[in-house]
Amino acid sequence: MFYREAGDFKTSYKSDQETFPLKLDKVLFWIAMAIAAFVVPFFLNEYWEKAIFLPFFIYALAAIGLNILTGYCGQVSLGTGGFMAVGAYASFKLMTGFPALDMFVVIMIAGLITAGVGVLFGLPSLRIKGFYLAVATLASQFFLVWLFNKWEWTYNYSATGQINSPQRDFLGIVVTGPYTKPWATYLFCLGFLFLFAWIARNLVRGRIGRSWMAIRDMDIAAEIIGVNPLMAKMSAFAISSFFVGVAGALYFAVWLGAAEPTEAFSIDQSFDVLFMIIIGGLGSILGSLIGAAFIVLLPVLFKNVFVGILGIPTDIAEFSQIILVGALIVFFLIKEPHGIVAYWRTLKGKLRLWPFPY
Amino acid sequence: MNEVNETQPTESVHGRTFGAPIMEMKNITMRFGGVIAIQDISFDILEGEIRAIIGPNGAGKSSMLNVINGFYHPQEGEIWFGGKKRSPMKPYQIAYQGIARTFQNIALFKGMSTLDNIMTGRFTHMKKGIVSQAIWKGAAEKEEYENREIVEKVIDFLEIQSIRKTEVGKLPYGLQKRVELGRALAAEPKLLLLDEPMAGMNVEEKEDMSRFILDVNDEFGTTVALIEHDMGVVMDIADRVVVMDYGKKIGDDTPENILKNQAVIDAYLGVAHE
Amino acid sequence: MFFLLDPFFYEIVISGLLAGVMYALVALGFVLIFKASGIFNFAQGVLALFAALTLVGFQTGQIPFAHLLSVFGFHVSHWGSGFPTIIALLFSLLVMIGLAWLIVQIVLKPLVNQEGIILFMATIGLAYVLEGVGDLMWGANVKELNVGLPEGPSEFILDTTDMFIDKLEISAAVVAIILVTVLTLFSAYTKMGRALRAVADDHQAALSVGISLETIWWIVWSVSGIVALVAGVMWGAKSGVQFSLSLIALKALPVLMLGGFTSIPGAIIGGLIIGLGEKLFEFYIGPMIGGATENWFAYMLALIFLLFRPQGLFGEKIIERV
Repeated sequence: MFYREAGDFKTSYKSDQETFPLKLDKVLFWIAMAIAAFVVPFFLNEYWEKAIFLPFFIYALAAIGLNILTGYCGQVSLGTGGFMAVGAYASFKLMTGFPALDMFVVIMIAGLITAGVGVLFGLPSLRIKGFYLAVATLASQFFLVWLFNKWEWTYNYSATGQINSPQRDFLGIVVTGPYTKPWATYLFCLGFLFLFAWIARNLVRGRIGRSWMAIRDMDIAAEIIGVNPLMAKMSAFAISSFFVGVAGALYFAVWLGAAEPTEAFSIDQSFDVLFMIIIGGLGSILGSLIGAAFIVLLPVLFKNVFVGILGIPTDIAEFSQIILVGALIVFFLIKEPHGIVAYWRTLKGKLRLWPFPY
Repeated sequence: MNEVNETQPTESVHGRTFGAPIMEMKNITMRFGGVIAIQDISFDILEGEIRAIIGPNGAGKSSMLNVINGFYHPQEGEIWFGGKKRSPMKPYQIAYQGIARTFQNIALFKGMSTLDNIMTGRFTHMKKGIVSQAIWKGAAEKEEYENREIVEKVIDFLEIQSIRKTEVGKLPYGLQKRVELGRALAAEPKLLLLDEPMAGMNVEEKEDMSRFILDVNDEFGTTVALIEHDMGVVMDIADRVVVMDYGKKIGDDTPENILKNQAVIDAYLGVAHE
Repeated sequence: MFFLLDPFFYEIVISGLLAGVMYALVALGFVLIFKASGIFNFAQGVLALFAALTLVGFQTGQIPFAHLLSVFGFHVSHWGSGFPTIIALLFSLLVMIGLAWLIVQIVLKPLVNQEGIILFMATIGLAYVLEGVGDLMWGANVKELNVGLPEGPSEFILDTTDMFIDKLEISAAVVAIILVTVLTLFSAYTKMGRALRAVADDHQAALSVGISLETIWWIVWSVSGIVALVAGVMWGAKSGVQFSLSLIALKALPVLMLGGFTSIPGAIIGGLIIGLGEKLFEFYIGPMIGGATENWFAYMLALIFLLFRPQGLFGEKIIERV
């Protein structure tokens, strides 16, 4: 079986613009999806669910969200943690305020609320650019986390200041609370990721995606082709925040089950998601997924291999991990601003021609 | 005042006839602080013609173009477009009116492919909302391919098929200029503004570019207004020429007559300004 | 005007201004680097942490990477009782200069001519590396730092005005003021200072008159490393040397937004405004809305301010040419 495009001629604009231009890629993708949806759930235990798959799906969603804003629209945000908190607290209020609401609806509304907050904090982007904006987004991070600490209504006046997710279900299947089954939460989050990755892909390849990239690459030229900078930036903030809000809601309600703002939504969250898109690939949906997988798996790897097998002390493993992540950020920015996904493309390109490189 | 004119051709220059004025600049004055960039300039652009604005460096040509497409708002004067007086507008609103332009220093979207760059030119013609774009299948997809067909025509016209999927940041200068022209053409503008389209090109590239401009005008009937400071090219392709110097209009005529204009000769040969 | 009679008011004003001087000191490190290289150095706070860790390490005679070495079977921790403070300071200075060279060679040189935002993200990566390396070298435990500055409430002020002001804060302010003055004079009156400003104005032009960009960057990063050392010493003496010290960078960012990234007086005045503003806000408004407003007040202030004046108080107006 050869990885070839020979004979795979494009006869319409539709086939020219497909997500997977090669038939083989498409087939492989659907096989992988089928395995993820129909085979993996049967073999899933709680460790794989909580330590690997849920974090991966949820961070991947957040990374896609941030990539829309940063990778596609060029507006760097360091407020991801704060926006995840908005999604989480919105879902908490909805779950406790409207117990009959289906979880899918809860999470979608939480996303919409976050989108609104995102637009509000995105307004400065109309006046300020670049790292001025990046620093300004820190305001949302600090302010929102403070708000959820101090505004008792948001955590239903609980004595601990913590929020706990009650038991709720999606179409009759329990997806939150202490009695969830690994396969249920797994499929629930996978479904969200699949749906929103698809939506993101659709948005970035069409008119609105091009308007974002135009603003990113040269805002003055974007204006003369008819892009309203206000609309482009605000739509990027809204949609990005929507994704991040959905991720935040799933993060709290499905994955952690309980959260407390200072720890769960700290500025480290914002950096982690930013690192995912830098390492995975700025301006790429696939890159967001790869980056999320990388940042989620790295600590697991360090813990299991370095601490577990090699017996290196935990703190040293932890410091080395910090150094490695930082070094990789610098490395990718210097060598390959398009991230791991660029290597992936190069590899595929080589594979197509193999074994005759010309 | 234009209503009478719209029914019949108004002027003809070396055998070519044009429609009513598509754009009229009336007594435009533009100041930056104390500096006067444009001083009381009036001229018109007729439908279907190639109109050139020339002048030495710093004459205010680029400012004039920026006034036309809304980057600058003049302190005095009126701008009429399509027979109506234009109120002050943002550049993106002007794009919706059917004015497209290129820049002196190429302003392409460097991270996008040639195809995507030219597709952005179709922005004002695509109407589908965000929900239908998110779903893609159906309306948004159909709209995308309809516009893609027009873009492909532009690509064929400019003979840049082979670089369709190349990131424009990696293209040589001459091709980038061509892609930028393509982006403006894809908008199917009523008025196409070109800011020094030949700047930095060698003779062969200049010839290519001149041919494209003439063909655009000829085949699609697009009205073209261009800025150049290379007199030679302008004299060959323009129907009528406005000459600017130090923010003032010193001549407005056919290329042949412009060459005989003493004020223009002085400006170009550098007679000292008293 | 009831609050003018409140003795607390003056105490808050003074402690706010003193805190502001410290913010200004950190912000100054940012401004220096930004002016000379157009880099917004997010790692400035971690530089301060790193410098303070190194100083404590030299002072107490710690062996670097002791914990890491123990993994390979070398069980060492200290080589003696350490250097006297002044020697330790000198050595730390050298380390910061060496570090500046490494940063220029490894991170900055390959990123010449990149967009500001890419460089900004690179310094976030750099911050992580430095934090990890610092912890790995000297350990992550909280360390006490004592460089012999006076401490405790100033009796003189307490006796004469009834106000409680820490001597350490006063000495920190004095040191900061001296440093700011020296740097201002340096950039205004020395040949090197003029070269630095030339580079800030136009890289190409500076190169063409024979100013080596690399050398300039090295000097600038060294100077801001030294500023970081001073800031690290001051904050470290106040609240111990630990990870949270690197967070002072987050305090300095709104100062920069307020004062403008390119202005030394802007950094100072911005620092004072924010130090003063956040203390007053916390004291008078804080209790009404639950307190702990210091985390975000500065940011919100800067954000609202930026909406009206995007270039900051003293920053140069950003003019975009079409």
